[in-house]
Amino acid sequence: MSQLLLDVNELTMRFGGLLAVNAVNLKVRNRQIVSIIGPNGAGKTTVFNCLSGFYIPTDGSVLFNGDQLAGLKDFQISRKGLVRTFQHVRLFSKMTVIENMLVAQHRHLNTNLFAGMFKTPSYRRLEQEAMDRAIYWLEEVDLLQHANREAGYLAYGQQRKLEIARCMSTQPELLLLDEPAAGLNPFETKELDQLIIRLRDEHEISVLLIEHDMGLVMGISDHIYVIAQGTPLADGTPDEVKQNPDVIKAYLGES
Amino acid sequence: MTEASLYLLQQIINGLTIGSTYALIAIGYTMVYGIIGMINFAHGEIYMIGSYVSFIVITGLLAMGSFALPLVLFIALLVAMLIASTYGWTVERVAYRPLRGSNRLIALISAIGMSIFLQNYVALAQGSRDVALAPLISGSVLELGSLDTFEVTLSWMQLLIWVVTLVTMTSLTLFISRSRMGRACRACAEDLGMTNLLGIDTNRIISLTFVIGAALAAIAGLLLGLYYGVINPFIGFMAGLKAFTAAVLGGIGSIPGAMLGGLILGVTEALTAAYFPSEYKDVVAFGLLVTILLFRPTGILGKPEVEKV
Repeated sequence: MSQLLLDVNELTMRFGGLLAVNAVNLKVRNRQIVSIIGPNGAGKTTVFNCLSGFYIPTDGSVLFNGDQLAGLKDFQISRKGLVRTFQHVRLFSKMTVIENMLVAQHRHLNTNLFAGMFKTPSYRRLEQEAMDRAIYWLEEVDLLQHANREAGYLAYGQQRKLEIARCMSTQPELLLLDEPAAGLNPFETKELDQLIIRLRDEHEISVLLIEHDMGLVMGISDHIYVIAQGTPLADGTPDEVKQNPDVIKAYLGES
Repeated sequence: MTEASLYLLQQIINGLTIGSTYALIAIGYTMVYGIIGMINFAHGEIYMIGSYVSFIVITGLLAMGSFALPLVLFIALLVAMLIASTYGWTVERVAYRPLRGSNRLIALISAIGMSIFLQNYVALAQGSRDVALAPLISGSVLELGSLDTFEVTLSWMQLLIWVVTLVTMTSLTLFISRSRMGRACRACAEDLGMTNLLGIDTNRIISLTFVIGAALAAIAGLLLGLYYGVINPFIGFMAGLKAFTAAVLGGIGSIPGAMLGGLILGVTEALTAAYFPSEYKDVVAFGLLVTILLFRPTGILGKPEVEKV
């Protein structure tokens, strides 16, 4: 078994009287694609919000590479190597594609003001590295020819790919994708599918996925967690989950 | 040229001069609004502090003698920018950051409180009466025409204001569009939460915008102080309101908008004062604000805010 990357124990999130997430356990290992599925309103995105520092969980622990994430600010969590996307596209739409890529690498660049003013050799080298990385990832998602266009003018499918590329340029270890296939056509979904697999196999990162497209989830996941009404229902390999009677009941109702 | 057109020309020159300084102050309002969506009502006071610091430095250096005037002004400018920036940074840290995420109205009240505090603090420390400085830069660069009753001139002081403003605005534009920090500022203005999630410490970027805004206000403080020759602890209020008007006029959140808005407001005021009783210039300036808010709330260069889904 490969090394444990993300270890979530008994994660609980309560909003007043509403129990949105109830004692969820989640494990993601290195080089694994793990999916969270469940009906609408099951609390999947709330789990993401807890992991990425948007919410402070009411209870439970989140260990990432052995470090406790609870209490860290969102920017600190992303610096540790855990980045996420949202259900809706959140690009800097008035900035160009390449600028979107460079902003994401802000923290890798030299923060010294004087280095920036006088363009010292180390500053130039870091800038160059950031640019190389940006170009590399734009090529990976086939957007290099659009590098100088405003991100807001890209087609929807391209915007989604740019989001993933932007996340990747921060050199994460774990990528959280919230419904990446929403609104994509079958061809684009297929491309996304290939991209996520490449992220695992070639770039050796892990992906935690929320997705409703069952074809995509079943096709690429190493492990699947099913949540219903905030509570863990089942988990296992795609085949195990598909045959689990509780899961079938939750999705199709009692028969 | 006829008397009427010469008179008009002179008023436009005067208006562009005042307008440039409004634009410098307006940048501070617009950048802060663009990123955290709040109006920093203490910004006028930062301008006032910049004015005071530059007066103190200039008087001090001149009293010591043996310095060339350009050097004195340059040192005064640097010190004023530095100290005003420190104030800008501290105000954000003390009065706004703890309130981030709370209701906008609360931050606004905190800003007004900060403004009153700074006014009274300077009034206590420096006295509340007018402080005057003998004109340091006199004479005119250009005589554009003269008639028996008056001369149309562009003075050295006006030219200085134009040049300094132009250089500052150009540097700022380059900084925002080309530099790494500028890129981060634009990212914050578009989506603060997402910028945070990409691992950028947005609090530092917010501090940076306060520091830049304050430094620009201090430049305006030095220039207007020299131009008018008289300052008091309460000049920040009116200057702040005018600059705010300029920022709204140009489209709040937009940096080119603040520049344009400042110039338009300055010229409008000068022309009002030229052809109507000069007391009406504030009426017209704020009338312009009301009109803009009624008919084009996004300002001249502002884009309508897209509702985030």
